[in-house]
Amino acid sequence: MSFQTVTKVLLQGFAENCVIFAVTLLFAIPLGLIIAFGSMSRFWPLKWLTRTFVWVIRGTPLMLQLFVVMYVPGLLFDVTMPNRVLGIPIDPRMFSALVAFIINYAAYFSEIYRGGIESIAVGQYEAGQVLGMTGPQIFFKVVLLQVVKRIIPPMGNEIITLVKDTSLARVIAVQEILWIAEEFTTVGLIWPLFYTGVFFLAFCGVLTLLFGFIERKLDYFRG
Amino acid sequence: MPILEVRNIRKSFGNNEVLRGVGFTMEKGEVLAIIGSSGSGKTTLLRCLNFLERPDAGQILVNGEMLFDAEDESIHNEKELRKKRLHFGLVFQSFNLFPQYNVLRNVSLAMELLAKERPDFKSRRREIMGEIESRALALISRVGLADKVNSYPYQLSGGQQQRVAIARALALSPEILCFDEPTSALDPELTGEVLKVIRSLKSSDSTMIVVTHEMEFARNVADKVIFMADGLIEEEGTAEEVFGNPKSERTRAFFSSLSER
Repeated sequence: MSFQTVTKVLLQGFAENCVIFAVTLLFAIPLGLIIAFGSMSRFWPLKWLTRTFVWVIRGTPLMLQLFVVMYVPGLLFDVTMPNRVLGIPIDPRMFSALVAFIINYAAYFSEIYRGGIESIAVGQYEAGQVLGMTGPQIFFKVVLLQVVKRIIPPMGNEIITLVKDTSLARVIAVQEILWIAEEFTTVGLIWPLFYTGVFFLAFCGVLTLLFGFIERKLDYFRG
Repeated sequence: MPILEVRNIRKSFGNNEVLRGVGFTMEKGEVLAIIGSSGSGKTTLLRCLNFLERPDAGQILVNGEMLFDAEDESIHNEKELRKKRLHFGLVFQSFNLFPQYNVLRNVSLAMELLAKERPDFKSRRREIMGEIESRALALISRVGLADKVNSYPYQLSGGQQQRVAIARALALSPEILCFDEPTSALDPELTGEVLKVIRSLKSSDSTMIVVTHEMEFARNVADKVIFMADGLIEEEGTAEEVFGNPKSERTRAFFSSLSER
């Protein structure tokens, strides 16, 4: 089998990884912010509920969470995963993978957001208050950009981890790149398995450049 | 009618009673210096006036209007409080400029946000924004930083940052401008430029309350001086009275502890 054919087939698998990556970010980034607000809430039942949730999600393997989302709804509640979302056909296994990834990454993101928000000096809020700003004005006009600047490095870290974690979806039979590469071993080809590393390296290289660019963009102020 | 009347303010943090019934009045255009050792409640008093802390007891009146009454729960809602804050301005010890904005925007931001609530903002947007910018520029030159309009806070010295903070506090034309130890975070050679700016505001008849450790400054600029100890006003009077002829034993002890340095 030629190099081109293998590349083409692997690319089809990598497209699955890219879908998991993009959809997870799309939903986990805002969901993480909601969880962060929950874990900083002054209403203690909400605070402890969200903190327990974050503890469970961060304290168990993502692989286990994939199994749970894949099997538990069907076994316990007789619920099957949809094969269509908003009219777009979707493999139910892919749907389960997305749910697990979104929840898992939202929990991690929420802790990064919380750390960022809590690191902003009280004086910034107070300065906004004495200038007659409302709570939302203080958050969006004063605090947010400072938080964004501070969380770019840890978010970059987490997002690069996500690229590689997408291959975990293979445990619930999503046919991502590593699954496909492993299929090649059944016809006696071992090198495609190692070749998959190039795809991940290239993707992470692009992300590294992107995060470097954003960091430089926000270099015009300190604080 | 006094511009500010403060009655019997009390504030505790846990078991620590920081203010134990503080009251005073101020006339328009007066400069009041509040002095005293650290822990005497000076800063907490200023924070109560700016509604950054909620007093447990007492009343605050501006121009005879009841702004705060600890007995009356109804005036505690956040929306009301926000409007009431605008009677006061506060300059912090640690400047607290917004690091992501340049000097101009630090000064103009609050004006812009308030202007957006005006009913005619949409139709007169350009005009209003123009007025805000020229007002901000005028304030920035008033504190002597016309050449730093586009600088970011980290590019400025502490003294320059504090002057921007003063311009920012003046932007909303507060009736009473409060300074919380405005020079305590500055190197000695930078305090002069900040004190000069504050002194220049006196001649434009702003009403000001300055919590300070700069005794020379308090003596020369203040019309009235309050010496606080243990959450109470130990002595008050004109600058000559308090500095020249302190009546209280504690005030005398405070001054002699300063001269021993």
